[in-house]
Order: sequence, then structure tokens, then C-alpha cells
Amino acid sequence: MIEWLLPVVQVLLLVSGCIFFALGTLGLFRFDDTLCRIHALTKIDNLGLGLITLALLMMTPSLASSLKTLLIWWVALAASATSAHLVARAVRMHERPMQQRERCDD
Amino acid sequence: MTLVLHLVALFLLLTLMLGFVRIWRGPTAADRMLASQLFGTTGVALLLVLAEAQQMPSLRDVALILAVLAVFSVAAFVTRVVRIESARSDRHAVKGNGDD
Repeated sequence: MIEWLLPVVQVLLLVSGCIFFALGTLGLFRFDDTLCRIHALTKIDNLGLGLITLALLMMTPSLASSLKTLLIWWVALAASATSAHLVARAVRMHERPMQQRERCDD
Repeated sequence: MTLVLHLVALFLLLTLMLGFVRIWRGPTAADRMLASQLFGTTGVALLLVLAEAQQMPSLRDVALILAVLAVFSVAAFVTRVVRIESARSDRHAVKGNGDD
């Protein structure tokens, strides 16, 4: 049973990851505000990356490459969260410098 | 399964094309930098899929480097172009440098 169940689960995970990537990129394309675009890009695209990583973890040949894939996934998550915060902060400083100055000086 | 992986890679490449449209249209510099973040996330997924599809394990190293370089480019953008650190002390610097 596991012989045919595993590829089905992999294909399902890959397809759903692709759908989430498409939705995230569509959000980047369609949303009006920069903060909305950050929201779509960071959340949805990382969900798609997680699903695709999960599907790829099932086909990796060795434990070392699985751990490497997990490490890449973790680095991509940390990088995405960091850059989303930095860009959001730059946008807010640019839009409302006075209010942001008060908020930031805590 | 290899065919499915190649189709997934092709699809991810097509979604990257939409990122180019955002770079082209993006009204502010921050929008254009968001496309760099998109290339970070989608590019990592694309390289991981290609590493599995073409049996090239070295592409995983490329994915790791791409993930790190994407966040470095955004960090360089916010500290050099928008200058969020100097904007804390002098808000006129933001008005002068944010639009280019």
C-alpha cells in the first residue's frame, strides 16, 4: 500500500505548494499597497516552500541530503521573515516619518 | 515523478515572471526590493526541485547561497538606499533618499 500511497502524497504536496506559490505571486502582482504585498509574499510563499520541501524530503536518497534540505528551508524562512520586517520598516519610515520616529525610539 | 518535478519547476519559473512585472511597474523602490524577496523564496524552491529532478545535489548549495544572498540584498537596500538608521536621527534623509 505504501508503494502507491507515497507518490500520490508527494504529487499532492507539490501541486498544493505550486498553488500557494501562484497565489502569493498573484498577491504581489495585484495588491495596491506595499505592506499588503509584503503580507502576501511572506506568508503564502513560505507556506508553498514548506509544502514543496516536505514533498522533496520524501524522495531524498540519504539522511545527509534530507538534513541539508531542512537547513535550507530553515534559512529561507529566517531570511524571508528578516527581509519582510526590514522592508516594512523602511516603508513605514518613508510614509510617516514623524510617527515612526516616536514608535521606534522605545 | 521526474516529469512532475520538471513541470513544477516550469510552473515556478512562470511565477517568477510575474515578479519581473512587479519590478517593472513597482511605484516605489521598496516594491522592487520585494521582488528580490520573491526571487529568494521561489528561487530556493525552484533550485530544490531541480536538484531532485536532475539528480544534481550541488544545486542545493546554490539554493542555500541564494537564500542568504536574498536577505543580504534587502539588508543592503534598507541601510544604504532608504537609510533606516540615519532616518531615526534625521527624518529629512528619508525624504531625500527614499524616492530614487
